[in-house]
Amino acid sequence: MSYDRAITVFSPDGHLFQVEYAMEAVRRGSTAVGVRGSDCVVLAVERRALAKLQDPRTIRKIVTVDDRCTLAFAGLTADARVLLQKTRVEAQTYRLTCEDAPSMEYLARFIARTQQKYTQRGGVRPFGIATLLAGFSDPEHGEGEGKPVLYQTDPAGTHSSWKAQVIGGRNSKSLREFLEKGYEDGMKEKEAVKLAVQALLEVVDSGAKNMEVCVIRRNETITMEEKDLDEVVKEIESEAEEGKKGGATAASGDE
Amino acid sequence: MMASIGSDILDIGTRRSAHQQDQDNTHGIVPTCMRLGEPGAFDLPNVADPAAFCRSNFASASGNKDSGQEIKFAKGTTTLAFKFNEGIIVSVDSRSTMGAYIASGTVKKVIEINPFLLGTMAGGAADCSFWERNLGMQCRLYELRNKKRISVAAASKLLANTMNSYRGYGLSMGTMVTGWDETGPQLYYVDNDGTRLHGNLFSVGSGSTYAYGILDTFYRPDLTVEEAIDLGKRAIYHATHRDAYSGGINNLYHVTKDGWKQIHAIDVNDMHYEYVEEKKNAMQD
Repeated sequence: MSYDRAITVFSPDGHLFQVEYAMEAVRRGSTAVGVRGSDCVVLAVERRALAKLQDPRTIRKIVTVDDRCTLAFAGLTADARVLLQKTRVEAQTYRLTCEDAPSMEYLARFIARTQQKYTQRGGVRPFGIATLLAGFSDPEHGEGEGKPVLYQTDPAGTHSSWKAQVIGGRNSKSLREFLEKGYEDGMKEKEAVKLAVQALLEVVDSGAKNMEVCVIRRNETITMEEKDLDEVVKEIESEAEEGKKGGATAASGDE
Repeated sequence: MMASIGSDILDIGTRRSAHQQDQDNTHGIVPTCMRLGEPGAFDLPNVADPAAFCRSNFASASGNKDSGQEIKFAKGTTTLAFKFNEGIIVSVDSRSTMGAYIASGTVKKVIEINPFLLGTMAGGAADCSFWERNLGMQCRLYELRNKKRISVAAASKLLANTMNSYRGYGLSMGTMVTGWDETGPQLYYVDNDGTRLHGNLFSVGSGSTYAYGILDTFYRPDLTVEEAIDLGKRAIYHATHRDAYSGGINNLYHVTKDGWKQIHAIDVNDMHYEYVEEKKNAMQD
């Protein structure tokens, strides 16, 4: 008895197969890493090898949803485009009705709610994407400024806030462990960028042209230039070399 | 118990109303328009042009012209609100008139939407109180969904959008939505055409012209709280003194960052004698 046809049907052991297959589609997508620092959020995505004749500027995996909200996704690009469009319209509608910018939490909740809607209707399939939303939250009562936040949503329609997260790619589990080991509270921009790039280098061939890194600061969002990225990569690689060499000498010294 | 208007006036068809009554397990306790989640759906006259029907039969509700019909809508009033350095003063009268008949001298024309938002009532009493209570419900839902209080700008926008969607249906409402939110004290005027204006000083109603005279002469942003309360009181007094459709009791509220507080409810007749005394004393000096 196949329970994976209509997604509105549960299987006997409580699975929604279409949702799980959607998560598999996410795993086939290219990796995206998000790291939350003390004063910024870093989004780094893997840029899969492009065909020679393709214009790289038309493939953007890190996109703006609203003035202060940036999104990276993993999974089916077409689904992402549709979901992104809905979210952009929602952000503008909120601005029109409430005369204020929507909070990050609101947008993450909206994306999650939309993804969930498509798991509970007949005749539609879930969105095959997971997203990472980066930005700054509204200031809490009494405080002057908001804090950096990183939200993740998945095809099931859940959303949660993370200090560092990775979506997409076959090795997301081991990358998450890597991030757990390397993450420290209160990282400044430089360290956050380094951690994100380090994580990405585990799955990507070395080189700045295989990744795209975006830094979301309080007042601006910048995409790192290739030469700056190259420097970070070089620094990481030289440290890794020293680590190996240091290990070797220590071993020889321990006789 | 819902007071139902006979089905010969609001002809939705007896079969349909009977069908509705069967389906309705809240049987007459909750009218359709108040059911949770359903935005005020109400029966319209079963005619080709409901707006024109309302205009010709219930006039002065959806326009300035008086068609000389039997039932005239309650409309005369004076309400005012102004922003100053120490917050916002909201001052209203309490008379409700139907033509030349004073229907009530004790109407509450300030609606407490929530502890930080106030709305005033001018125009059709039913329209004002219904839609402002509806606004209160929407504000509460916003709070529950977003874990923070709604801003005055957003609240007034919700009301204005509602008014816009019922444009041409003969609603009559001229209200001021005011409160203190994260951006400070805010004051908006919203009316039944969907007009929404942000400002520091507004007065709405048949007595507003008299109130504006006093307000425009003595208003300053740096008034003290006592001076502002006195100004709000005086402006209503002068309006009620000259406008036949305003009178009764002056209800005055002060909005601060901790919310609104009712300051007083003084009969305007007592105020008259107080001001007569004042003038006499001033002349003798």
